[in-house]
Amino acid sequence: MTEAGMHDIEIRDLYKIFGPEAGRHVEAVKAGLTKAELNDRHNHVLGLQDINLTIPHGRITVIMGLSGSGKSTLIRHINGLIRPTAGQVLYDGQDVVTMTPAQLRDFRRQKTAMVFQKFALLPHRTVLRNVAYGLDIRGIAEAEERARHWIGRVGLQGYEEYYPRQLSGGMQQRVGLARALANDAEILLMDEAFSALDPLIRMDMQSILLELQQELRKTIIFITHDLDEALRLGDKIAILRDGAMEQVGDGQEIVLRPANAYIAEFVREVNRGRIIEARTIAAPAADGRALPGFAVKARSRLDLVARRMTKAGVSEAQVRDGDRLVGIIDLPSILEAMVNPADAANDD
Amino acid sequence: MDLIRFPEMSRGSLRAMRQTIDSGFRDFTRAWGDTLEAIFAPLQDLLTLIENLLIRSPWILVLAVLAAAIWLASRSWKIALGSVLALLVVGYFGMWEDTMRTIAMVAVCTLIAVVLGIPIGILMAQSNRMNALVTPILDMMQTMPSFVYLIPVVMIFGLGKVPGVIAVVIYAIPPVIRLTNLGIRQVAPDVLEAAEAFGSSSWQKLRDVQLPLALPTIMAGVNQTIMMSLAMVVVASMIGVRGLGQPVLQAINQQYFTMGVMNGLAIVAIAIIMDRTTQAYGKRLQKHTEAGK
Repeated sequence: MTEAGMHDIEIRDLYKIFGPEAGRHVEAVKAGLTKAELNDRHNHVLGLQDINLTIPHGRITVIMGLSGSGKSTLIRHINGLIRPTAGQVLYDGQDVVTMTPAQLRDFRRQKTAMVFQKFALLPHRTVLRNVAYGLDIRGIAEAEERARHWIGRVGLQGYEEYYPRQLSGGMQQRVGLARALANDAEILLMDEAFSALDPLIRMDMQSILLELQQELRKTIIFITHDLDEALRLGDKIAILRDGAMEQVGDGQEIVLRPANAYIAEFVREVNRGRIIEARTIAAPAADGRALPGFAVKARSRLDLVARRMTKAGVSEAQVRDGDRLVGIIDLPSILEAMVNPADAANDD
Repeated sequence: MDLIRFPEMSRGSLRAMRQTIDSGFRDFTRAWGDTLEAIFAPLQDLLTLIENLLIRSPWILVLAVLAAAIWLASRSWKIALGSVLALLVVGYFGMWEDTMRTIAMVAVCTLIAVVLGIPIGILMAQSNRMNALVTPILDMMQTMPSFVYLIPVVMIFGLGKVPGVIAVVIYAIPPVIRLTNLGIRQVAPDVLEAAEAFGSSSWQKLRDVQLPLALPTIMAGVNQTIMMSLAMVVVASMIGVRGLGQPVLQAINQQYFTMGVMNGLAIVAIAIIMDRTTQAYGKRLQKHTEAGK
């Protein structure tokens, strides 16, 4: 699929209220009725409120939040599995919300594929028939051939004739991933796709995904409750809490400039050295002073930079983005940046 | 006011009400009886055909075909061999013809029950309104004494095979409907969501996901339906269905103990054969999803 044919997804003023008379309460919620009030007075549950989000094409956007934050509800709006109470989900000038059932079916078949937390494989079909499932639905003749290709890509060759129950969780989710990729869709929806897996296998799956994304450049929406996973995968991260968007930005922005106390608390335990890049803390080079002889790349993470500098036995380095000088970095400032400011203050 | 006597409607009006309904139904029977009989004529032909096929073919051939069918369904030599032995014994004791008639009857009734019951079960699973509508009807069909609905059936069709089939189907169809409904409703919602997310139409969802996953439950329903139609053969013999039920009825009327027991045991033998065969078949369908590591 060419870069040119792809489109961003725009979520506009999205509200979702669960309950029999959801439509009647949406105006009140817009006017400021809170989730707790809606629940107490009207016995309706506020799922999502005032969501505005641009999901850039060809990138990984992570939607993060704890359970009950509405993240799984939000992702299901993108392929119309859940209809909003108000708002729009725009793709290529079309609103997913107002599509007819037939249009929606086509949209799901052509443009989207989904990976599920509990895998949701068809237990009565072999691995091969599971991966071919999306293609079978569309009546594509070479379904089996394409399925075999993707089974190979996720490292499951030789397991084509196994049934899902015969595979471990990690292998089952590889089948889930292959099933989604075989659809050759631009948009990949991943609903807590790796949350049910053991930590090591989860890391493994993250690597597979990043590796595939290098080449495929799909528009991926990834749901997780795990901040480390979000920071590792996300080009863009959106944090949800109680159905409202708390902060949107890339990993560095969220770690360095949390929008509020909730997010600050959230990012406290993060290994900052693995997130922050050298260019972010580089100080401008003072005029007239000689530049340090050692150089590091602008986009290198701090833990890597610190290791290289310690190994080389230098305490200062210049930060370079290709030919351009970004600034100067030294070990004390690296250490300071790697320590969480809140923790540092507590120990004084 | 008299509190001991229940304030019932007068005998006169009760009689008048009954007479009105009865005569209305009688008029209906007179007007439509022939048409209905014509509609159901193919059923009669089918039953006669299968019966004749089973009775007039060489017995050894019939036995071989039955054994082959049982083996194909169950893939078990034990069940196939046991069935052949049971049929040989039944035949040796002079009940071959009646047994064949009963097998033909049960086969046709089960076929009709499945052909009607599975679509009804599917509709009930798709729509809660349909479910709420059909469930009380099924409750009624299962609890109403079968003699009661034999009355109108006999009034329309007289005595014979067709009213027998109708009575048996009414009695035996509820399990296949109920278990089809249950099986489809029990399909895991996450698998259904996946089907939906990949753009399945309702028909594709039904064909690729719901029916295959409900199949073991549906098969349990078919098995129950077979057992219940076998249980009805004695009652059906009261309205002229021939087969193993008739000698049982005769034995009751004339107190022939041995005759009753023998024919009863023959019915039990057929029941066990059909039960083991369909259960083995159902298990075989399930095997795909329970394959070992």
